[in-house]
Amino acid sequence: MNRRKRMMDDLEHDIRDHIEIETRDNIARGMPPDDARYAALRKFGNVTRVQEETREVWSFVWLEQLLQDIRFGLRMLRKSPGFTAVAILTLALGIGANTAIFSLVNGVLLNPLPFPEPARLVTVDASKPNFPQGSISYPNFQDWHRTNQSFSFFAVSRATGYLLTGAGDADELNAAVVTSDFFPMLGVKPVLGRWFNPSEDEIGASNVVAISTALWKRKFGSAPDVIGRGITLDGKGYVIVAVFPGHFNLPNSTFDSVDIYAPLGEFANSALRNRGAGLGIHGIARLKPGVTIEQARADMEHVTHDLAEIYPDVDKGIGATLTPLKESMVGEVRPFLLLLLGAVGLVLLIACVNVANLLLVRATGRVREVALRSALGASKGRLVRQMLTESILLAIAGGALGLTLARAGTHAALAALPATLPRASEVGIDARVVWCTVLLSVCAGIFFGLVPAMRSARRSVHETLKEGGRGAIGSRRRTQGVLVAVQMAMALVLLAGAGLLIRSLAGLWTVNPGFNPDNIYTFNLALPPQMMTAPAAAIRAALRNFDAGIAATPGVEAESLTWGAVPMNGEDDTTFWIDGQPRPASDNERNWALNYIVGPDYLKAMRIPLLAGRFFSNRDDEHSQRVAVVDEVLARKYFPDGDAIGKAIHVGNRDDSYEIVGIIGHVKQWGLDVDDQNSLRAQAYFAFMQMDDSTMALVPSNTEAIVRAAGNIAGFMDSIRRTNDRISKDEVITQVQTMHEIIESSLASQRFAMMLLGAFAAVALVLAGIGLYGVIAYVVGQRTNEIGIRMALGAQRGTVLRWVLWQGTQLALAGVAVGLLAAAALTRLLAKLSLLFNVSAMDPLTFAAVAGVLLLVATAACWIPARRAARVDPMVALRYE
Amino acid sequence: MSTKEQKERIELLQGTLDLLILRTLILGPTHGHAIAKAIEFNSDEVLQVEQGSLYPALHRLIKREWISVEEGTSENNRRAKFYRLTAKGRRQLKLETSKWDKLAGAIARILRPAEQEGKS
Repeated sequence: MNRRKRMMDDLEHDIRDHIEIETRDNIARGMPPDDARYAALRKFGNVTRVQEETREVWSFVWLEQLLQDIRFGLRMLRKSPGFTAVAILTLALGIGANTAIFSLVNGVLLNPLPFPEPARLVTVDASKPNFPQGSISYPNFQDWHRTNQSFSFFAVSRATGYLLTGAGDADELNAAVVTSDFFPMLGVKPVLGRWFNPSEDEIGASNVVAISTALWKRKFGSAPDVIGRGITLDGKGYVIVAVFPGHFNLPNSTFDSVDIYAPLGEFANSALRNRGAGLGIHGIARLKPGVTIEQARADMEHVTHDLAEIYPDVDKGIGATLTPLKESMVGEVRPFLLLLLGAVGLVLLIACVNVANLLLVRATGRVREVALRSALGASKGRLVRQMLTESILLAIAGGALGLTLARAGTHAALAALPATLPRASEVGIDARVVWCTVLLSVCAGIFFGLVPAMRSARRSVHETLKEGGRGAIGSRRRTQGVLVAVQMAMALVLLAGAGLLIRSLAGLWTVNPGFNPDNIYTFNLALPPQMMTAPAAAIRAALRNFDAGIAATPGVEAESLTWGAVPMNGEDDTTFWIDGQPRPASDNERNWALNYIVGPDYLKAMRIPLLAGRFFSNRDDEHSQRVAVVDEVLARKYFPDGDAIGKAIHVGNRDDSYEIVGIIGHVKQWGLDVDDQNSLRAQAYFAFMQMDDSTMALVPSNTEAIVRAAGNIAGFMDSIRRTNDRISKDEVITQVQTMHEIIESSLASQRFAMMLLGAFAAVALVLAGIGLYGVIAYVVGQRTNEIGIRMALGAQRGTVLRWVLWQGTQLALAGVAVGLLAAAALTRLLAKLSLLFNVSAMDPLTFAAVAGVLLLVATAACWIPARRAARVDPMVALRYE
Repeated sequence: MSTKEQKERIELLQGTLDLLILRTLILGPTHGHAIAKAIEFNSDEVLQVEQGSLYPALHRLIKREWISVEEGTSENNRRAKFYRLTAKGRRQLKLETSKWDKLAGAIARILRPAEQEGKS
């Protein structure tokens, strides 16, 4: 490039001089100066064209050579289709895996969120004891919204559901209640209609809703006049005021499939006015231009501090937690994805080393060609460039194939892993992924091509002739040996990682969750719409009717409604204090427990062991003394003398107390792996029918239930649904999951990691095996002569076999030694990401096992060439040369 | 300007200019204008080089490393680019000249077979 500019400058200078000299000559011949200059210019011709032509001379030097190299490279690759196919496939595997993982990283971590100025969006939550990101009470939100100085928009939302009736079949819809800033904050414009008004944020102020485009299409045939029409949700009439475009990717994954948005003030619950209530309300805000998140945090600290002064009983200890929106969506998976990227990078390195080895072997066959070209005047740089072009061609072909593989692979992987990855729907092959693949291919081509190319070019013609075309094989073998050992080491690292994850997962499967998950089904139940506004007594009657109907269904062993927390699937907590102790001044100085509100058969359905006292019965109803059952952790922590039964506790802000009647086993609420580390482990159970009337009013719209089948019964849930339909056509069962599915999805990230690392390790193992096989087969091929002589001199076949095997095993052992060291350093990352359970990052058993596997594969890879060597016929071998 | 009639001038064959430049430079490093003059002069002004077309040709030869370029001082004491034949260029000139001789001989034999026969 520089040279070109210099040459063009020179040219300009030359032309000026030339015309000047010619002009002067003309003057000397007697022309008048003007004519002289004109004649000189005419004689010179078109200056611009001359410049263009000269520029062309310099522009296309490298391009011409490149085209030449590419043509030549393609010819060479076509000449050895076997080598080319193996190399391209190997690279496609390596590059494809990298592209696939990078497309995950790109879609999840790198791409900005699909909102205008997404960096200014932050999530806002209430920090409470045990919950850094707890629910914000509505009165607190209103004060935060009114007094903060930092947000241009600030909205809260709550996930909920509605039963849609009067428009075809009854339909249970996912919904969100939001405050008026929600859509303007995200910059989401309605397809039809308008945003919600601030006046609609007032509790009970309105009966308007917005619908999704999906629902608009499904139920209203995309009618343009849908605005202003009525819609019946939970038996209540609403007016449609807007249609909003489809799915938002917000931290709250329920937004993925929301069909109804309603103003939060519409949420019919008296607890909405309660400043201490936790109703699953979470906030998102947009920072004002120029306001940093630190400034906003300081501002919110003031706001919450002031509120704690005004409302010490409920707001003491309540702060605001601000997190960048993207961080709260993908922060948890970032290190995990980067780990995968690292692992898949190792696979590519192994693939590159394999191809480098193939090229080294192939270079032997090309010694004469290279010597000839260098004798004909090709410089070393030129030779290296030519050979690099060839390897880059290989890599680009591999990259193109890899891109196709990655597309299919990413789709398959995401389909197999529902809901474990945030922003999964945004993952795809975009321009950045393609460019990254191209870059990766070119780098890979240079990486695996450089060593073989340099080695080939370094050999002089003289040497080649002197050594009869066989020289330098010793040093080439050494290079190959080192490469294979490095491959083995990298494969071992991946194997060790995968092995540790497999051991962790196997360990997790044997952990007792505190209940028996076999044959348990969980589902959501919505009562008929007319129940939404019914008195509590009628609701209780409908629920008892449901309980009785299900219990009488054949195959049902036990059934229970549940409200509040569900093991591994949903958290709910409550504050309490022990009767007889002074009432703590603020909510946040009280004791906390996980809160389970269940029916009398819950224990039987879950098969949680009863340790002392009794569980609930049908007599524990709305008319009887309120009772509670606690788990062993709560009993031990708050009643260390073992006298929990018969004591009473006060729950929430209620004045009456609950008598503890039983102690049951602890359930691993927080998952099989991390439950022990959670600070909130005490568990309290309350009787479903003793629920307050105000809470009971919420039950009809959506409650959960669990059923234990008396065995593995085919079509079990169908008979449950038939029973439910008989009870009422308008009663809806949704979101059926088995308890095993729930446990499995709680282990999803470990499984995801294990599956991918396992796949990478398997690929690495196969590639490393092929690499070793290639080198040993090459050695045997080169030494057939020598082996023949040895055998002629009396060497036993067994000796030859062992000799060849030892050649390979040496390399493998070197690889294992290095690999074990590297693995010891790198597996610690797994522990850091808490992907390991009950197994140390340097688990000797795992390390020994993977080293064994690797050596086994290495031996197998050497076995074929070793047997070939042992079968060498000395007579044939000696004639071979 | 040339004093010859337009008709008598001959357009240069592709590549022939390269040969003429190399031939001119065998006498020593020369600058652009002088090369053009020399070609004109030595061919009795039959060969008409549009002077500008000399420069792309010069650069092409530099690219092929048949000639090199250096700073120098021209007759009228000005700094100028001087073009010098390289060893490679010298070999090339030899090769091209013999090729040219063969070609010219062959064409001459085809065009004037009678004369040839008469001579022999």
